[in-house]
Amino acid sequence: MILQTVSFYVFVMVLVGSAVLVISARNPVHSVLFLVLAFFSAAALFVLAGAEFLAMILVIVYVGAVAVLFLFVVMMLDINFVRMREGFLQYLPIGMTVGLLLLAELVLVVGTLVSAPEVAAGAAPMPAMDQVTNTEALGNLLYTRYIYLFQAAGMILLVGMIGAIVLTHRVRTGVRKQSLAAQVARTRAEAVELKKVTPRSGI
Amino acid sequence: MEIALGHYLTAAAIVFTLGVFGIFLNRKNVIIILMSIELMLLAVNINLVAFSAHAGDLVGQVFAMFVLTVAAAEATIGLSILVVYFRNQGTVAVEDINLMRG
Repeated sequence: MILQTVSFYVFVMVLVGSAVLVISARNPVHSVLFLVLAFFSAAALFVLAGAEFLAMILVIVYVGAVAVLFLFVVMMLDINFVRMREGFLQYLPIGMTVGLLLLAELVLVVGTLVSAPEVAAGAAPMPAMDQVTNTEALGNLLYTRYIYLFQAAGMILLVGMIGAIVLTHRVRTGVRKQSLAAQVARTRAEAVELKKVTPRSGI
Repeated sequence: MEIALGHYLTAAAIVFTLGVFGIFLNRKNVIIILMSIELMLLAVNINLVAFSAHAGDLVGQVFAMFVLTVAAAEATIGLSILVVYFRNQGTVAVEDINLMRG
């Protein structure tokens, strides 16, 4: 119990600290790496809340795919990041004002939150952890009641994938590629030419 | 769940605010803005999971999974638009992106 509380606060502090560094790091590569750390800490928070499957998905999908995608793009594009940081402090006051107002509002909402009694009953009650694992329970729900939404999510991913390919694919002109058919179809007649070389004269 | 709901919500609120703050702070860098949006979506997911655990209701986790799906698709499309734009214009600075302004 005390271990859980301590680890919760440690992970929250790591999460908030890495989130601060994501938006303030000088080098965007460092920003991406701190984003990875933030995702890891959030996954740990998910485990503490009993959502193991989502935690693993977060690590696999976000750390394994999305963050690496960000890293690729940051490293692939030759961007002058020094020029981009000009006027960094210019937006600090307005950003600080809006951010603090938003935080105050959110904390106010959290502080005055009272959950309605009927919420406790729940639309899909969570089974006890020792009977059914989190993954199994989630699958039972996802593949029955939310099957259409699940299919729609798959369609969104498909559209995203096709969109990314269509956007970034380009046919380069002037690229010489190996053509196996042309290589195999060569005959001796067109490939070899015999020359009669007379001595001391060359061809 | 042993840890109170309010603690999760406060942590998520802080991360969400940092995401908004990051958009204001890095007005010129699209990549950091995309990362800030990811942070905000992560905060929303923390909220969903916390409420799911608090109410003993699995629907919140199902919903968080859909948010993850949409966030992944959004990051892909955003980054590919960024790559195409860089290829055409040679820059991704936000203040230079005004082709549609006329």
